[in-house]
Amino acid sequence: MKRILSPLGRLILPHLRGRIGWALLAAGLLLYPLVFTGAFYRDVGVTFLLAAISASAWNIVGGYAGQVSVGHSMFFGLGAYTPLLFYSLWGWSPMAGIPAGIALSIALAVVIGMPTFRLTGHYFSMATIAVAELIRIFTSTWTFVGAAIGLQGPATARGWWDLTFRGELPYYYIFLAVLGVVLFTTAAIERRRFGFYLRAIKSSERAARSLGVPVRRTKMQALALSAAFTSVAGSLYVTKTGFIDPDSGFGILISVQMVIVAALGGAGLLFGPLLGAAILIPLQTATNSWFGGGGSGLTYILYGGIIVVIARFEPGGLLELWHRVVPERWRRAYAA
Amino acid sequence: MVAVQVIVGGLLLGAVYALFSSGLTLIWGMMNFINFAHGEFVMLGMYVALMVVVWLHGGPVIFGIAAAVALCALGIAIYFSLIRHVIRGPMLAQILSTFGLALLLRYSAFYIFSANFVSLPQNSMSGTLNLAGIYLPVAQLVAGAVAIFLTMSLHMLLTRTTVGSKLLAVAEDRTAAMLMGIRPDRMQALAWGLSAGAAGIAGALMATAYPWSPSVGETFGLIAFVVVALGGFGSVLGSLYAGLIIGLIQAVSAYWLGAIYKDIVVYGLFVALLWFRPQGLMGKA
Repeated sequence: MKRILSPLGRLILPHLRGRIGWALLAAGLLLYPLVFTGAFYRDVGVTFLLAAISASAWNIVGGYAGQVSVGHSMFFGLGAYTPLLFYSLWGWSPMAGIPAGIALSIALAVVIGMPTFRLTGHYFSMATIAVAELIRIFTSTWTFVGAAIGLQGPATARGWWDLTFRGELPYYYIFLAVLGVVLFTTAAIERRRFGFYLRAIKSSERAARSLGVPVRRTKMQALALSAAFTSVAGSLYVTKTGFIDPDSGFGILISVQMVIVAALGGAGLLFGPLLGAAILIPLQTATNSWFGGGGSGLTYILYGGIIVVIARFEPGGLLELWHRVVPERWRRAYAA
Repeated sequence: MVAVQVIVGGLLLGAVYALFSSGLTLIWGMMNFINFAHGEFVMLGMYVALMVVVWLHGGPVIFGIAAAVALCALGIAIYFSLIRHVIRGPMLAQILSTFGLALLLRYSAFYIFSANFVSLPQNSMSGTLNLAGIYLPVAQLVAGAVAIFLTMSLHMLLTRTTVGSKLLAVAEDRTAAMLMGIRPDRMQALAWGLSAGAAGIAGALMATAYPWSPSVGETFGLIAFVVVALGGFGSVLGSLYAGLIIGLIQAVSAYWLGAIYKDIVVYGLFVALLWFRPQGLMGKA
């Protein structure tokens, strides 16, 4: 029996495996808010999707290209501020603000990438954290963008026009669609020349350059793409909350969240950020509800601890641990 | 007269910046490694000083030494338990290790000491000195003088002693140093001890003159980046000059533009440096 089945399996499984995984994941995510109908569970679901989107966006430059940004909140904040600024100035729909946020983020990415990508990766990390902090302080002193108080979205929303809804469900499916776009883009990159360039740069920049990889241009493109998606995540966040201030837009903890979600699941792996978000978001919700208002401090102590432990013992994240620990034979049977 | 006071005050603060930044540059020069938790070391030094004063009623000399020793021990412990293992790992692990450490230390400090600003109780360094019409707090003068002395001592240690030569040898070529009978692990642990110790004592010095809260670690960490970028990565003397310059720029921009703009000017300078002279004042390309 086994003899007959195994060649057949070898023929069909490789083609099915990837798609079955995608289909199961998509079905699970599509059905989640219909199974868990409580507002609380749907809210957790929306938070999960947002974390997964921003961490997947970070993953393109931080994970695949190995250029560790610790200031991605600058793109998130630009994406969050621009729609609300346009709204408060002219009453425009976020549909106009989102592309503007993307354009600004890409411009900022070029400004940071141009000088730092000539140097080793440490410069890039330092520059990102300093620029994010610079923008945060600058925003909190600039009255045009609301200074320390921030900006307020539409009070009485105009439905689809403002992307503002009463329930959680429309947000959930909009976020899910965006996550789908980010993941499909990343998956497409993985298989193309661009993806191989990125991984080559990550493992050795010098070797990649000697083989003719256009190192600086590739890093720049990865950063621009990552910045664009992160900016969209910021815009989505703000359509949901209807409010932004310097700390929730440009604060360092926004960057921390992207880094830890991606690194815990597996930086440089397609589904790493999803796994990281699936673990961390419920955990964060739980610690916040267990410890009340003081819980957020404990959450960040925990985050710091997790990041140190990942860096020390398993820089590849949980997915890589899974690939190493679980024997090949087993994995094949259950792998997605 | 006020202008002179602003300038002297800025230079004195800049001297302390130079002291803790020299610790950061030492690590970079030794092992091509950026410590994102360096500002947190400074912050911890401040709290060590506070605890020594409150619980043991120690004077400035005692809490200064206590902060240096405590942070030196912490630096060595962090080297052996964390840094040694990630230094040969991927870039992601190198950056995340100290970035996570910074979060861990910062939010633990928030949890233990609360977010309120604190300052040292009255001590022998309180009071103001009148130097020909320029009023300067004694604490700032002492802090600045001690910081310059210690930064110069660190520079001398690196350039004029056997230990310094060994440190530089390991930085130059680890394998060759090993063949000469130097133990690279010990030297790198020593560098971490010196680096964290410098940050700790700089924290204790600043605690005498300024109030603080756990969030200062982030600010000092970024200032150390700017100082090191300006002075050149790996150059202690460069970070002394750069520290003085940054302190001066901060004081001047705080006085003429307003206190909230002082950090904007400094971080803006950092971005400009990355664009136009990434190797810094005294760094080699």
